[in-house]
Amino acid sequence: MLLLDCPCCGQRGEETEFHCGGEAHITREGPSSDDAAFEHYMFERVNPRGVHFERWRHVAGCGKWFHAARDTVTLEVWGTYPAQTSRPPEELLEKIRAARPGFKWRDIA
Amino acid sequence: MSDLTGPAPVTALGGAAFEGYVRVAEEPQRAMFTLRGDLSATAMKNAATGLAGVDMPGQGQAALNAERMVAWMSPDELLLTLPWAEHDKACAQLDATLGDPMLNWGDVSQARAHFSLSGPDGAVREVAAKLAPVDFSPAAFPQGSFRRSRMNQVAAAFWCPAPGRIEVICFRSVADYAFRLLSDAARPGSEVGLYA
Repeated sequence: MLLLDCPCCGQRGEETEFHCGGEAHITREGPSSDDAAFEHYMFERVNPRGVHFERWRHVAGCGKWFHAARDTVTLEVWGTYPAQTSRPPEELLEKIRAARPGFKWRDIA
Repeated sequence: MSDLTGPAPVTALGGAAFEGYVRVAEEPQRAMFTLRGDLSATAMKNAATGLAGVDMPGQGQAALNAERMVAWMSPDELLLTLPWAEHDKACAQLDATLGDPMLNWGDVSQARAHFSLSGPDGAVREVAAKLAPVDFSPAAFPQGSFRRSRMNQVAAAFWCPAPGRIEVICFRSVADYAFRLLSDAARPGSEVGLYA
C-alpha cells in the first residue's frame, strides 16, 4: 500500500483514494513532430524495477493531478510534487540519490 | 425530478435515521452551492463569507456556524451551505456578486445527500473510520476539519462540526447505499474501540 501526500490539498491518503496516471514527464509530440519522436511519445514507456516517476490524481479528494516519485519494488514513496513541472525538484532527486546511489530513470540520474 | 420541483423539496431518504451505537440520520434539506475559481479573489471570498457569515476557511478546514458553512474543497473550490429558507435569496446574490466569468457557482442543493453521525466522540469517529481510508483520530481530524475521500465505493466528504458529531455528504444518487453503509458500520455489537 502506498501512502501519498497530495501536494494540492495537503491531505495524506492511501492508494485507493488516488488513481495512477502512468509515467511522468512525457513530452507530448504534436503534428509537426517526426515519426520517430511521435512513436516515442505514443508508445514507449519505461517499466523500471526501482525508482519510478508517475502521475497520480487525487480522484476521491481534491481531484487534482500531481507527480509522485516512488520505488516500484519496496513501495517507498520518495515524495510528491506539483504537476506543473517537466522535471522533478532537485531536493527530491537529492533524497533519492542518497537512498539509491547511481539510480537512473530516463535522462534523470 | 418530480420530488425536486414541488413546493417543498424532499430529501433523498425522507429523513431516515438509524439508532446504532451512534445515531445515523439524514439531515434536513440545506441550500448548498459549489463556488469555483481563484480562492484568493476578493469577490470569491466576499461571496462565500458574506452569505454564510463565517470566516474564510483554510486548507482542509470548514468554517461553521450551525447550518451555515464554508468548506475548502480543493485549491479552486469552496462548498457553501445555508439554511434552505435562504436558497432563493442566495442564488440571486451569487448571480449578482460573481459576475467575473472566471468565478463560477452552481446550485448543488439537490445533487447531494447529507448525513450526520452523532453519539460518543470516539464511537462517531470509529464509524467514519470503518468506511473511509482516513485518520479520524481527534489529533488528525479535530473540530473544524473537512476531508474529501471515499466511503467504500462512493465519493464522500466528512467534517467535524463539534465533538461527538461528524457530518457526511455524498451524491444524492447513492444516498441509499451511503445510508446503509453508515447504518451497517454503526450496528450495535460491531464496536471496535479504535478511538476509545
